[in-house]
Amino acid sequence: MVDETAQTIRRFIETQLQAEELSDDEDLVDAGYVNSLFAIQLVLFVERQFRISVQDGDLDLANFRSISAITGFVRRKQSSDSSAGQSDDSSGP
Amino acid sequence: MTIQKVGVIGAGVIGAGVAQDVATAGHEVVLLDISADILARAEQSIRTGLRTQRLLQKSRALEPTIVITGRIQPTTDLALLSTVEFVIENVTEKWETKQRLYQSIDAICPDNCIFAANTSTIPITRIASATKREPLVIGVHFMNPPPLKSVVEVILGNHTSRDTLDRTKLFLSTLGKESVLVNDGPGFVANRILMLTINEAIRVFHEGVASVEAIDKIFKSCFGHKMGPLETADLIGLDTVLYSIEVLEESFGDSKYEPCPLLKTMVHDGLLGRKSGQGFYDYDANELQSAGNS
Repeated sequence: MVDETAQTIRRFIETQLQAEELSDDEDLVDAGYVNSLFAIQLVLFVERQFRISVQDGDLDLANFRSISAITGFVRRKQSSDSSAGQSDDSSGP
Repeated sequence: MTIQKVGVIGAGVIGAGVAQDVATAGHEVVLLDISADILARAEQSIRTGLRTQRLLQKSRALEPTIVITGRIQPTTDLALLSTVEFVIENVTEKWETKQRLYQSIDAICPDNCIFAANTSTIPITRIASATKREPLVIGVHFMNPPPLKSVVEVILGNHTSRDTLDRTKLFLSTLGKESVLVNDGPGFVANRILMLTINEAIRVFHEGVASVEAIDKIFKSCFGHKMGPLETADLIGLDTVLYSIEVLEESFGDSKYEPCPLLKTMVHDGLLGRKSGQGFYDYDANELQSAGNS
């Protein structure tokens, strides 16, 4: 089964970075892809795309280091948002 | 005597970043601009900037956003500068604009208030001449984005006093900034060299020698720069790049600083880089409002 969330994240990153065939676990920070500008773009992208709200406490680079880390973060947020009954909250900060 | 209240004049790309940095360090900030729209954009970009800072800086625990932004008083009223102890000026890189501003604030600010010009290229001694407090005028050139850059270029004008330098360095140390001291001259060190490099990179692209991506990649991959010259130009804003190179050309009277025609055309057409959504690269329009200054 194709993982839609990971695919969407991958498309965004590859387009923005003009990179191809990144592996899910490639560390984007160590590879030099993520600077301050791109890091915050990633945050804004996941908020808009997946309708989640990234709180101050979530602003940890570990959540945004790789495609698999971002995918895992989005899943955790989606499940905690829906269990808290906030699935309609699509507003950004 | 430590500085508590700071005036930040000009709330554009750099001014907003400076205000964020100063407020994060615990100082009260009067953030001044001529336009309420620019101030509103600055507030948004400061909030995004604080998120970026939270994301990247693990060592220093940041106070809650609302506490930091609560220290910033955005205003269009120059009179609010009557109680500040230190001014950081970040207005448009045009002499006439700066001259008028410095004459106005000289009459409003307390007599012992330091004026720090965060200018890209205009000599500090010339700026000081617009005031009656020449010993209190100094250059402090913040790098972009200010909250993430720990070194500033500090420029001594011909009349800058030792006390002004000491107080400025002390203030900058409260922001966690290290000062690199240089003497006065158009463009100082950073921009005299950087603007020439950017202008030449634009010429190389304009002449069809290499693509935008190839030019930037050479600087990043071969020289280990974090960004190439054209990405940097988009970050600074192509209008600021053009005004800066024009000041250098006028100041040195040297044709090596003549702006590339493509740079002039892009600025004329409103292609200003990140802040307008398009420059040498295209930027996602949805990111603009919030990511432009981070």
